[in-house]
Amino acid sequence: MSKVFVGMPAHAPAGVGALHASESFPAAARTALADTQLRRNLGAATTTIRAKREAVVGELADWEQLRLAGQAIKAATMARLDEHLIRLEEEVTKRGGVVHWARDAAEANRIVTGLIQATGADEVIKVKSMVTQEIGLNEALAEAGIAAWETDLAELIVQLGHDKPSHILVPAIHRNRAEIREIFLREMPGVEASLADEPQELAMAARAHLRRKFLTAKVAVSGANFAIAETGTLVVVESEGNGRMCLTLPDTLITVMGIEKVIPSWTDLEVFLQLLPRSSTGERMNPYTSMWAGITEGDGPQEFHLVLLDNGRTAVLADEVGREALHCIRCSACLNVCPVYERTGGHAYGSVYPGPIGAVLTPLLTGVLENPSLPYASTLCGACFDACPVRIDIPSILVHLRARSTEQTRKPPSAEAIAMTLASWVMSSPRLFGWAGRAMRAGRLLARRGRIRRLPPPLSAWTAARDAPSPPRQTFRQWWRHRDGGTP
Amino acid sequence: MRVALFVTCLADTLFPRVGQATTRLLERLGHEVVFPPAQTCCGQMHINTGYQRQALPLVQHFADVFEAAEAIVAPSGSCVGSVRHQHASLARRLGHPRLAERSAALAAKTFELCEFLVDVLGVTDVGAYFPHRVTYHPTCHSLRMLRVADKPLRLLRNVRGLELTPLPDAEQCCGFGGTFALKNSDTSTAMLADKMGHVLSTRAEVLTAGDASCLMHIGGGLTRLSAGTRTLHIAEILASTESGPGGAVPLAVTAEKQGRVAPSARNAGADREAGS
Repeated sequence: MSKVFVGMPAHAPAGVGALHASESFPAAARTALADTQLRRNLGAATTTIRAKREAVVGELADWEQLRLAGQAIKAATMARLDEHLIRLEEEVTKRGGVVHWARDAAEANRIVTGLIQATGADEVIKVKSMVTQEIGLNEALAEAGIAAWETDLAELIVQLGHDKPSHILVPAIHRNRAEIREIFLREMPGVEASLADEPQELAMAARAHLRRKFLTAKVAVSGANFAIAETGTLVVVESEGNGRMCLTLPDTLITVMGIEKVIPSWTDLEVFLQLLPRSSTGERMNPYTSMWAGITEGDGPQEFHLVLLDNGRTAVLADEVGREALHCIRCSACLNVCPVYERTGGHAYGSVYPGPIGAVLTPLLTGVLENPSLPYASTLCGACFDACPVRIDIPSILVHLRARSTEQTRKPPSAEAIAMTLASWVMSSPRLFGWAGRAMRAGRLLARRGRIRRLPPPLSAWTAARDAPSPPRQTFRQWWRHRDGGTP
Repeated sequence: MRVALFVTCLADTLFPRVGQATTRLLERLGHEVVFPPAQTCCGQMHINTGYQRQALPLVQHFADVFEAAEAIVAPSGSCVGSVRHQHASLARRLGHPRLAERSAALAAKTFELCEFLVDVLGVTDVGAYFPHRVTYHPTCHSLRMLRVADKPLRLLRNVRGLELTPLPDAEQCCGFGGTFALKNSDTSTAMLADKMGHVLSTRAEVLTAGDASCLMHIGGGLTRLSAGTRTLHIAEILASTESGPGGAVPLAVTAEKQGRVAPSARNAGADREAGS
């Protein structure tokens, strides 16, 4: 292999991990929209979190400045990402950690599997981590005969239910407590049949189950919210304390993080620790913030590995408009304010990253032709941009990816592309446009009582649920021409 | 002031009464309205559906048509949003820096109707009369691209006879989203259903907004259900007076009459003016 940069960096490969949707968004959304339990849970949860977020954000007079600071720090960090990563590696190594570089999901899975096998363990406990879902680590470990136990309560529910997470922050948002009880009874060893579907009883059952795992597991796998380059410090923020147990009890800790998680200094962390909990759970501060650098003799894990994952991130960085998506701190505020997400839930996006950020990040990581329907899974209403703590202009990235999508498609032009080209041609000519406007009057033949109830495809998608307006007898420009006795 | 009206392709071809109302309103306030007849479309549909190259001639055409104007006013938040926030960057991306400069200059003098009234003309009472119960939907692009904030509400509050009732969850998108309504019609319909539920809960006679496109969506849903609320563009309400040209927009038109007498009833005074 040549060391000279000879082309575009690679996208995340297909066939491994959870970035490649198996079904288009409109098709998957249709299924989700019909799920009344999902609709109710999502509606209730997103409404509650939205209100909490608004209240705690409203407390800070400098919230907009904090957002600007977050955006600026991320932009500056990405501009020198290579330098910060090398510094991080040096500092982690200096403190007794071992750094591994993984160019994609398959390589990361190989590295982690090898590290676990070297310890002789056949089971690991996991801290809630999106990146290990992105690479399909649990599935790779299962193939190698290693059981991976999720310890975040919601992730545990998802795992035991042989299910997929549907929300960044609340992965089991699509389940109700009766379903959770049923999953626990079926899948969790040692659960009594008398288990009630009361939140406290369910939590206690999960606690008993997880304690057994915490006290026996020799290896833990985590993700990271931030990595501070200047001291090689990893940061995990969480609510339950299960993460803290994973990070401190086992002998070996393996942390997998996307390369975009690095920040240069502790003063940068200050900004994000204000932005993240308020945007995420709607709390002023999250209950548990764990930080560690390398290993400490006689205290905590005695072996620490850090796997730095690319998996398409360098390709995203090469995209001048799309690179902003790498600023995401995974707070999920954009999901909670998104009117599309609120109705379809996360599974419809077919990726570990759902909602507005998923609609841009997933196709950026995989290449837009791998997930061509995702950039269109938005009305461009802009609520996500307003909620984003690091001001990612998601609507502009969506529009950018839509252009990428139509421009990269090499198939013979679609009916839509032909219609758009034709429309462009007509609309570039005032004369043709005037004729077209007048020709639309023929549509009046379809109208009854001033409205059209049925149109042929593709406009039938409109009239399936809405009337179409009857074209007027006179266009505006005709009216204008005649209003003053014919003077234009 | 001499105002160049950018009527938008949708209002031109499907909702001429919106352009007529905008014209009447601005003229009533003492301004000269000109309609550059070569105007067509801002290209927003192309841009937002991923056809930037096909949008380029439209961006170019918009600049050619409106370059000489003192101020450009459109009765649409999203079309103005496209002119202001998309045209220049599109021209730059496709390698037309000179056009990008011209588009940026145009963006600075292109206004959505309500922001033009309040910010440029400094008017919040346009002397309108509209004795009906009305609720207002802030369209996403007027709200979040243009930041019109409460300007439309300030204008509506000063309309005599108008009873303004708040719309629950007003700031949530109606589900239109241009071609989203076709490409993701199921999700769009789910959003529309919730929006209509909120609109109907207000018991308003009229739902108004600053975009004919979103109103076409919500209004198309409401008439499909034979609901008791109709849609009117905010320009139509602000243009209404007791006796001025056009008169108050009549609401007491039954569906049956609408069908037979058709546009003269629906287009109210506008068509009368046109001598039809």
